Amino acid sequence: MLAHLPILQVIVPLMAAPACLILRKPKLVWLFTLLASSLAFIISILLLQQVMVADTISYELGGWSPPWGIEYRIDKLNAFIALIISGVSTVVLLAAQTSIEKEIPEDKQTLFYILYLLSLTGMLGIVTTGDAFNVFVFLEISSLSAYSLIALGKDRRALWASFQYLIMGTIGATFILIGIGLMYQMTGTLNMADLATRLPEVAETRTVTTAYVFFIVGVCLKLALFPLHFWLPNAYAYAPSIVTAFFAATSTKVAAYLLIRFTFSIFGISFSFTTLPMETLFLVLGLLGIFIASTVAIYQDNIKHVFAYSSVAQVGYMIVGFSLSTHAGLTAMLLHMFNHALMKGALFLALAAIIYRVGSTRIADFQGLGRQMPLTMAAVVVGGLSLIGVPLTVGFVSKWYLVVAAIEKGWWWVAGLVLLGSLLAVIYVWRIVETAYFKAPMAGRQPVKEAPMAFLVPVWLLVSANVYFGVDTRLSVEIATAAAKSLFGVAQ
Amino acid sequence: MNLSLETLLQLCILLPVLATIGIVAFNRHQNLREAVSIFTSLFVFYAVVSIYLGLQSGEIISVHWLQILPGLSVSFAVEPLGMIFALIASFLWLVTIIYSIGYMRGHNEDHQTRFYCCFAIAIGGVMGVAFADNLLTLFIFYEVLTLSTYPLVTHAGTEAAKKGGRIYLGILLSTSIAFFLFAILGTWVIADTLDFTQGGVFPEDANTTLLGIILVLFIFGIGKAAIMPFHRWLPAAMVAPTPVSALLHAVAVVKAGVFTVMKVGVFIFGLDLLVVLPTTQFLLYLAGASVLLASFVAMRQDNLKARLAYSTVSQLGYITIGVLLATSSGVIASSMNIAMHAFGKITLFFCAGAILVAAHKSNISEMRGLGRQMPFTMVAFFIGSLSIIGLPPTGGTWSKWYLLMATLETEQLIIMAILMLSSLLNIAYLMPIPFHAFFSNMPVKNGYGVSTDKVQIKEAPIASLIAIGIAALGCLILFIYPNPLYELASAILEPKQSTHGN
Amino acid sequence: MTTILGLYNYWIVIVLMMIGFYIIIAHGHLIKKIVGLNIFQTSVFIFYISVGKVEGASAPIWQEGIILYSNPLPHVLILTAIVVGIATTALGLALIIRIKEAYGSVDEHDIQAMDNQDMVNQDKEQQQC
Repeated sequence: MLAHLPILQVIVPLMAAPACLILRKPKLVWLFTLLASSLAFIISILLLQQVMVADTISYELGGWSPPWGIEYRIDKLNAFIALIISGVSTVVLLAAQTSIEKEIPEDKQTLFYILYLLSLTGMLGIVTTGDAFNVFVFLEISSLSAYSLIALGKDRRALWASFQYLIMGTIGATFILIGIGLMYQMTGTLNMADLATRLPEVAETRTVTTAYVFFIVGVCLKLALFPLHFWLPNAYAYAPSIVTAFFAATSTKVAAYLLIRFTFSIFGISFSFTTLPMETLFLVLGLLGIFIASTVAIYQDNIKHVFAYSSVAQVGYMIVGFSLSTHAGLTAMLLHMFNHALMKGALFLALAAIIYRVGSTRIADFQGLGRQMPLTMAAVVVGGLSLIGVPLTVGFVSKWYLVVAAIEKGWWWVAGLVLLGSLLAVIYVWRIVETAYFKAPMAGRQPVKEAPMAFLVPVWLLVSANVYFGVDTRLSVEIATAAAKSLFGVAQ
Repeated sequence: MNLSLETLLQLCILLPVLATIGIVAFNRHQNLREAVSIFTSLFVFYAVVSIYLGLQSGEIISVHWLQILPGLSVSFAVEPLGMIFALIASFLWLVTIIYSIGYMRGHNEDHQTRFYCCFAIAIGGVMGVAFADNLLTLFIFYEVLTLSTYPLVTHAGTEAAKKGGRIYLGILLSTSIAFFLFAILGTWVIADTLDFTQGGVFPEDANTTLLGIILVLFIFGIGKAAIMPFHRWLPAAMVAPTPVSALLHAVAVVKAGVFTVMKVGVFIFGLDLLVVLPTTQFLLYLAGASVLLASFVAMRQDNLKARLAYSTVSQLGYITIGVLLATSSGVIASSMNIAMHAFGKITLFFCAGAILVAAHKSNISEMRGLGRQMPFTMVAFFIGSLSIIGLPPTGGTWSKWYLLMATLETEQLIIMAILMLSSLLNIAYLMPIPFHAFFSNMPVKNGYGVSTDKVQIKEAPIASLIAIGIAALGCLILFIYPNPLYELASAILEPKQSTHGN
Repeated sequence: MTTILGLYNYWIVIVLMMIGFYIIIAHGHLIKKIVGLNIFQTSVFIFYISVGKVEGASAPIWQEGIILYSNPLPHVLILTAIVVGIATTALGLALIIRIKEAYGSVDEHDIQAMDNQDMVNQDKEQQQC
């Protein structure tokens, strides 16, 4: 059983998806989905434990040995990401049924869970596979289910947002396909480990450079790196709230994983950063993303838009860490992937609770909520403080590592800019705090009750994780450092 | 009870935070709720005094909590400078609670539970700052202090309170993240440690220009020290109720700021390094300018609390100057000034609050002749003013004396001139208040006689008076018997017996 | 000259790719966008299959006596990609039908204008509160 864990990580949610059709009532389907997601989470924990000891696990699909067969390859990096994805998925699912009751019509709720499981499958598949084309397949599985999930939103703009995401996402995925095709053409293999050994011989050719560029552009589109981020704000804002909570914490992480994997493990640092000016390019785009997205967030009226643009800014931070191309920079990026998942997961889930009660996403409708929904707003405050980077939260740990990495590289001005960017977060977070705590509820509105337990439990679970991992950083730092080290060790 | 000193140290920080549970529990029962605060502050003061006695007898007290980042942990240790700060803060917390009871009830304030809770957390934060053993611990509690005092500043919940809170939080958070944290991280990368060490942590061969820039980042980043141009939060925070202004903005928050400046100057840079850095002179002049400009602005304020706020900005500059002069008398002067200014300013703010509650006056022009109705208060105000100006028989005399000595030692004659000029300005903006209170007639407006006012004004509530009395007495005692303070201050620069934690 | 003509498959791929891309960007009609997307994806399929062809080889079906076969792997990959493309097209068209029901139009500019109008109306509503 334990030997098959890598494939079970993907099969469990994949098989669970159509199995939902057997159960009729949405509540039962919800419990079944929760069960499947929890199983996936347990599997990811077991895999992580195995990998911390054994270094890399290789699993042959169907007994066909690589590089002809498809290989599933787990190392510290993807075990970490798989843990994040399955963990967030399970916690978010705790509140899912309550949340979608008010947002999705009952006849569609079973379909919602099927799509959710397919999306989870896709993401876990991207992360665990060791075959480049398999990446494309799972990428499309997760994307297609994502487009459908977003289109389930109540507002008609969800349909339009989903369509735009479909167009942009498919272009991105096709670019990735072109990249894979060019790589295959030059090396004759699709296995990622095999590509890593064969690419250096042909690295000087224009074809390989083109392959890399196409691939990276496609990934950056999925990553929502400025300026390829235009699909994200609307997609996050108009999707059902629970979908936003799930995607905000996971989808960009998967794209970041692909970026890291292909740059460090497959193409190699010297190729990626020397042949092409990736350092400068990503540094500039990352910094632009931080400042422009944070500034736009300040002026948004829809609270989901505020935090969606904030997510674009946070991706900018990750890319700045990536652009340092040092061990410390990569550790900072990996840490931030973990911490941001916790932060945004908690924030968007708390928002989902508020939207469930208030029924609207406009900041103006938040007036007086500090009194009416104290626990939920407290969660938003803690999440906001984490975004700003106040000590004792995970956000502080990420900022610490990123700035230290930048200073160690000698890029003092980058360190200063990163800290300045946090100040913008103070503005948009505090706008919400002031509205909730300082303004009286608008006249003529019904008073709202505190969120139901179905929301409060997962929200506070994530918020406590925010604080816990901000104080006891051993787990996240150890794994991130080990993963970064192994990536630098592999690449030439 | 026989609790070890280590336990007492941790309780100093934890107990106030835990007290919030009791405060919230007794929400409805005012007297029980206040009793929780009083008992907690009594215990904390007892704990601090025990630690002081332990320090005197040569004991090394250090506590190690947990490692947040590799190589960095939240840990505490007791040393003379922190001891001074902790003693002042814990004693004055007790006094302020007594004062607050009088003020909050006399003024019939809302949300008193929230007030006492945030107060307690803030004091816990102050204790954390005072006993911090490395910059990370200090930074954590520094931010805890900022966040816990925000609800206190915006207590009134009005638009003005919200705006004041915005400036308060905006400046303090911005400076701490953009400059202070940046400086800490720079120190971490260059020195590879953040522990407070006698003589500084930077290696011998470190680039002095870079270190000079880091010093500037520290000074600007420690916004609580209110060095211009990042001083605006102090007057903005005056929207808070007076007990908040008194304790936090005369004692806890601002003192945490200058305390941090002192710790950074003495234990991160080291006095020898400060002398050779290219930016020290610039910062000295900046602090001097801050002192003078704030005094000028204070003179023009009619609102009593605003005048006192700018006076605080000015006085804090003295402490920063003392450190930057980089001599032992400068350090002694600054640390003594922490205590002297705390007592003096808290007396003044207490009086301001008493006048507000009893006479409903907040502008100085209305306070002429008030000495007849509120003699006790105005005498206390007079004593507090003397301490701020630096005249006998109040404690402020000693710290000003040492500061002047330090400027002479280092031949910083311009700074000396600034200090003397500033003392004159202090007289100019503080003395008229008690003077006019006693020796002028009450203002008579055309036709609208104030005679009915005469009958209604009485002295402040009794609890507030007790507090005012204790604070003013403190100013006087510190003149007659400054020895314990002086001993602690001189001990700051002595090397410790053993090292703590690698 | 022969190199350029010899690479005719790549030229076709590039031309089709650019045509598809242009259609997506330039046309406002949603169905036309989906058509453009299809052309774009098809160009990539052609690319894969054409690089699998080996000079002088036969189709990849085993036969006695033939030793040189074209590469069958790209065909397999493209089958998968075609299915993905179909799913995407189906999803896109389904979305268009729903958009038509909700907005009454399938033109990008009209939809955007309606959304902007909604935002303006919302702001006015908020100011009245």
